[in-house]
Amino acid sequence: MIQEKRITLKNLGKINPESIDDYINEGGYKAFEKAVGLHHIEIIDEMVKSSLRGRGGAGFSAGLKEKFTSEACLRCEQKYLICNADEGEPGTFKDRIIMENDPHLMLEGMLIAAYAIGASKAYVYIRGEYYKSIDRINKAISAAKEKGIIGKNVFGSAFSVDVEIKLGAGSYLCGEELTLLESLEGKRGYPRIKPPFPAEKGLNGKPTLINNVETLATIPAIIYNGPEWYTSLGTEDSPGTKIFTISGDINNPGYFEVEMGVTLRQLIYELGGGIKDGKKFYAAILGGAAGTFVNESVLDTPMGFDTLKEKGAVLGSGAIMVMSEGRSLFDITNSILEFFKHESCGKCVPCRIGMPQLLHIMENLKNNKIGRVEALDLLLYESEFMAKSSLCPLGQSPILPIKSLKQYFENEF
Amino acid sequence: MERSEVLKQFKPDHENMLNILHALQNNNSQNYLSEEDLKIAASYLNTTYSHIYGVATYYTMFSLKPRGKYIIRVCNSPVCNMENSTKVIEEIKKNLSIEVGETTDDMRFTLELSECLGKCEEAPGMMINEDVVGNLDNVDFKSIFDNYN
Ligand SMILES: Cc1cc2nc3c(=O)[nH]c(=O)nc-3n(C[C@H](O)[C@H](O)[C@H](O)COP(=O)(O)O)c2cc1C
Ligand code: SF4
Ligand code: FES
Repeated sequence: MIQEKRITLKNLGKINPESIDDYINEGGYKAFEKAVGLHHIEIIDEMVKSSLRGRGGAGFSAGLKEKFTSEACLRCEQKYLICNADEGEPGTFKDRIIMENDPHLMLEGMLIAAYAIGASKAYVYIRGEYYKSIDRINKAISAAKEKGIIGKNVFGSAFSVDVEIKLGAGSYLCGEELTLLESLEGKRGYPRIKPPFPAEKGLNGKPTLINNVETLATIPAIIYNGPEWYTSLGTEDSPGTKIFTISGDINNPGYFEVEMGVTLRQLIYELGGGIKDGKKFYAAILGGAAGTFVNESVLDTPMGFDTLKEKGAVLGSGAIMVMSEGRSLFDITNSILEFFKHESCGKCVPCRIGMPQLLHIMENLKNNKIGRVEALDLLLYESEFMAKSSLCPLGQSPILPIKSLKQYFENEF
Repeated sequence: MERSEVLKQFKPDHENMLNILHALQNNNSQNYLSEEDLKIAASYLNTTYSHIYGVATYYTMFSLKPRGKYIIRVCNSPVCNMENSTKVIEEIKKNLSIEVGETTDDMRFTLELSECLGKCEEAPGMMINEDVVGNLDNVDFKSIFDNYN
């Protein structure tokens, strides 16, 4: 029976999330104190060695991103660290669990990352509907300021830093890092063209590091325990732990932090209590709306960024939506496409026209104007076209679920 | 609160744009951004009315028309949709006698749809102002709404 291994959720239920003293009593802010006693290059080295991969979905090396932002310029007047707390990927609620239960852990990770890259200003960009998380983080920031953990010359070092919270206002796209920057600059949430990457030109044109909540909340443990400890957990390509959020036709929907390499079968049957109503497993969507369908042939694949990629699937945010036998793939696909259409910003033509077009194909299939095989091929053709020509990753997303439908459910869609 | 009091809490920085619009909207007794709100935000941030208007209309949490005291946001994203959020929406519409986007005559409730609220473990779910209410499959909506006066 697989057990949870909690790093980012280690304090969950054990401390009062509104008490900084509780957090400190559990060893909190020790990693930050250790960090400011080291040269910032040492921190980055440790982070690169840990091979921590970004938990926002793309899985890019957190250490390398710190390195690029740190080296972007040596004497910049300003650099920024941004915590991406805009969590909006359907099926995903891991960041909320961290922020509601252990806001100081995320804050400590932010402070270490800010020190590593030389940022004197850090922001939490958080989705506006997360009222409880907003309240907890606001309280955490105030408490840390009162203790001098945020402020001038922290722990007697030369490092000074300020942290502020900035609210989103109901846009999934603003979780995309370049769009987030536009939003933070007080504009409509339209994406920017990449490059330049945020590490060179980010917020207000200054070098900026953007990391997900879960990524940042992992940093204190790595700095405190060392990278070897971290790489001893999980798998080679994806070390450490990951919070999976499981929803849908499952007996115990919820969140589980486990070592990478766990299988879908273990998550569903051992931690999730099995499929609801004693039914059979039919399909799962991994990674949210911008995710992939898989069938039972993937139940025993160790979960990791690369192992899933080999199967044509993605780990993404760690969302797992479970469907039991009898569920309609058509309905859920339609819902996913409706979601994308709603969240498309309309800035570029392929996505603005493509999203309604995909739904039009679905409609034609529903009304028996076209057959299933033809419909899936049309969806694939259209979404491939969108993937090649859209301006930002949102327009490049529908291909993910559609291609995986073709791979795993060609005859059942 | 006077609008100027609200604004005083923030530095006149574009980075505070959304924080300011949220604060003005919360301060408006009808839960929306009035023309006056947008104008005062524009002058405070030293920008044009059209810039602020453009921002306010982009984000779904802002409204440019008056809304009820309580905003009901029903999640209609894939997990909730799979758990029959469509039925939830129909029942709420019937219960309050309004369509999506409308406000009850007594200005108590406005019904809106939302994308994933991050409460998928209790799908189907909704928010009523700051409260999250989940597991809506078999609930008596009237008794829930009665708690909000
Ligand atoms: C449409 C879209 C929405 C996104 N939403 C989020 C989000 O809510 N939170 C997040 O951390 N990353 C989100 N991302 C990924 C970010 O662009 C970025 O890769 C991430 O914040 C980097 O952090 P990491 O390296 O720690 O993973 C989104 C990406 C896209 C394309
Ligand atoms: S791909 Fe879609 S969301 Fe991205 S810029 Fe184009 S229209 Fe906007
Ligand atoms: S899909 Fe409804 S709360 Fe996540």
